[in-house]
Amino acid sequence: MIETVVSVGYPVDETLHIKKNRLIPEKGLSGGEKRISIVTGTHGDELEGQYVCYELQRRIREKPECLTGIVDVYPALNPLGIDSITRGIPAFDLDMNRIFPGAENGSMPEYIAARIVDDLQGSDMVIDIHASNIFLKEIPQVRINTLSRDVLVPYAKKLNVDFIWVHAAATVLESTLAYSLNSIGTPTLVVEMGVGMRITRDYGNQLVDGIFALMKDMGIWTGDAITPKEPIVSEDGEVSFINAGSSGVFVPAVEHWKDVKKGEHIGDILNPLTGEAAERILSPADGIVFTLREYPIVSEGSLIARILA
Amino acid sequence: MKEQVIFELGSVYREPMQVKGFSFGEGEKSMCIVGATRGNEVQQVYLCSQLIRIFTRLEEQGKLCPGKSILVIPTVNSHSMNIGKRFWPADNTDINRMFPGYNLGETTQRIAAGVFEHINDYRFGIHFTSYYMQGCFAPHVRMMKTGFEDVEKAKDFGLPYVYRRDARPYDTTTLNYNWQIWDTKAFSLYTDATDRIEPTSALVVIEAVLRFLGKNGILNYTCHGGYMSQMIEGSDLVNVKTNAAGFFLRKTEVNARVKQGELLAQIMDPYLGTVIEDVVSPVDGIVFFHASQPIIYSHTSLFRIIPT
Repeated sequence: MIETVVSVGYPVDETLHIKKNRLIPEKGLSGGEKRISIVTGTHGDELEGQYVCYELQRRIREKPECLTGIVDVYPALNPLGIDSITRGIPAFDLDMNRIFPGAENGSMPEYIAARIVDDLQGSDMVIDIHASNIFLKEIPQVRINTLSRDVLVPYAKKLNVDFIWVHAAATVLESTLAYSLNSIGTPTLVVEMGVGMRITRDYGNQLVDGIFALMKDMGIWTGDAITPKEPIVSEDGEVSFINAGSSGVFVPAVEHWKDVKKGEHIGDILNPLTGEAAERILSPADGIVFTLREYPIVSEGSLIARILA
Repeated sequence: MKEQVIFELGSVYREPMQVKGFSFGEGEKSMCIVGATRGNEVQQVYLCSQLIRIFTRLEEQGKLCPGKSILVIPTVNSHSMNIGKRFWPADNTDINRMFPGYNLGETTQRIAAGVFEHINDYRFGIHFTSYYMQGCFAPHVRMMKTGFEDVEKAKDFGLPYVYRRDARPYDTTTLNYNWQIWDTKAFSLYTDATDRIEPTSALVVIEAVLRFLGKNGILNYTCHGGYMSQMIEGSDLVNVKTNAAGFFLRKTEVNARVKQGELLAQIMDPYLGTVIEDVVSPVDGIVFFHASQPIIYSHTSLFRIIPT
C-alpha cells in the first residue's frame, strides 16, 4: 500500500509528496511482526537504490506467501533531487544527509527530515542505500560508525556485501539519517555501492540477495535466501587513500576490486593540452582497490582510489 | 599594504586559483578578516575591498597601532565566483564545511587547510558569511556556543544585536568554530545582502569593524560608540512559518516593530491572484530576519521575531 510520509506545498500548482510502499503478509498483521525499511534517494544523483527497491518488491510479489513481516520501501527521500539530477535539495543547495534529525518547527528541509525520521523510527532494521557519487565507484559495502559497531556488524554480515568498513566517529556525521536513527535505537545500516547517475544491476542483485538473507534471519521472510558471502571487515587504519597531486585527466591502469602490489601502477593524470603525463600514480600499499575514480577530470586533492590493505 | 598569495591551487584549463591576503602593519597577529568562502558572497568581497581601501589610507596616515597587524582575505573561492556558483565548481562542496581542512585530503579540504594554517593564530577573527536561505537579517554579530565564545567582546562592534545559538554537528567544520577551538576570538558578521552589493548596509558593518579595531587598540580610530548591543539567544527568537505555498508578498522590513496579530505578509495563489494566507506576528517584537524570495514553499520560515 502506497502511503505519503510527508507533503509540502510548492508555489505553483504542485505538492511534493515523499512516499513509501508498505508490503505486509497476505493474511494481514497480527501486531507482532518485524519491520524492515529500505530507504534511498537522499542524494538525487545516487540511483543504485532505485533498482534495489524495484527488484526487492518484484521478488516478494512472486512469493507473497513467504512474507511474514513488514517491508517499507522509501525509494526517494529527495524526489526533486532525483527529478532534476541534483545531489542536494534543489532551491536550497543543501545536502539532505546533513540536516537530520531535522526539526518539526524548522525550515522546509528540516521539517521534511523530521517527518522522515518520525516515520522510520521503530523499524527493526533500516537499510539506507547510497551510491557513492558521480566521481567514485565503490564495491558493495556497509559503512558503520565505530560507535555502533557492536550492534550493527552482525546485521551487516548478513547483507551479502564484499566489505564492511568500520570508520571513525566524526561530529559532522551526526547530521546523517543513519546516525540520527541509530542514536534513537533504530538500527540503520548504510550501504554504499556502484557509482552516481548509474545503475549496476549485478550490485543491485547482490544486495537484494543479502536483504532477503537478512529478512529471513529477522523472521520477515520464509522463502529461499542465499547464504551471504563472508565480507572483509576493516577499520580505518587498514585503508590507504590516494589523492591527485595534480590537475588533469585521470585514466586508470587497474581494475576495480582487484589486488595491487605496493608500487603498482594505478593510473595516470594526463594533460591533453601539452600531451604529457602530469602524474603517474602508484599504489602506496599491497591491497585491493575498493574505491576507484570514475569521473576523469581531477583537481589537486581529488580522490583517486582507496586501497584496503 | 602587502599583498601575498596564501594558497594556490592548480587547474588543468583555468589559471591557478590564488587565495590572496592583504596585510597591514607588523607585529602581533591582531585581526584576520575573511570575506567570501562561497561563490555568491559578493557583498562579503565588497566589504573586504572597502576595508582594504580604508586600511591602506589609515596605514599611510600612521593610524595603525605599533606592533599590530591586520590581514584581509577577500575570498578563498574566486573560482566559484567567476562562474556564478555558490559552492566548489567540480564537486559542489562547501569550503565553509571543510575547516580546519586536511592538506592531504580532497580539493576543498586542501583549500581550507592551506588557508587555515595561515590564519589560525590570530587574536581576533572576523568572517563575513551568509545564510543558506535568501533573506535579510538585521546586522548582527553571530556566535556559536563552543565554550570559548566571548559575548562581551562581541559587543565592541556596536551592532544592534549579538546573536548566540547552539552549535549543531555540521557547524563543527566552519571557519568560525575552528577559529574558536584554536583560541582565536571569532565573530561572524551578517549583513542584509549576499549576492548583490548593498553599500548602505555595508557601511554599517565597515563602521562596526573599525569601531572594534579602535576599541581593542589595533587602530587609532575614533567614531561614535555604536549601539549598546542586545544579546539574543537562538531560543529567544520566534519563528514564523507559512502553511501555504505561493507568491510571498512581504509587508514589513527588518528592524520593524510589530504587534501581535499584525500582518507580516500575504501568500497569494500564483494563478488566481487571491490571498490564501495572511501571515501575522504571533508576538509583539522586532523583525530580526525575513525571507526574500518571491515564491515560497509551505513550511518555510518567513520571519524571525525578537519578542519585546
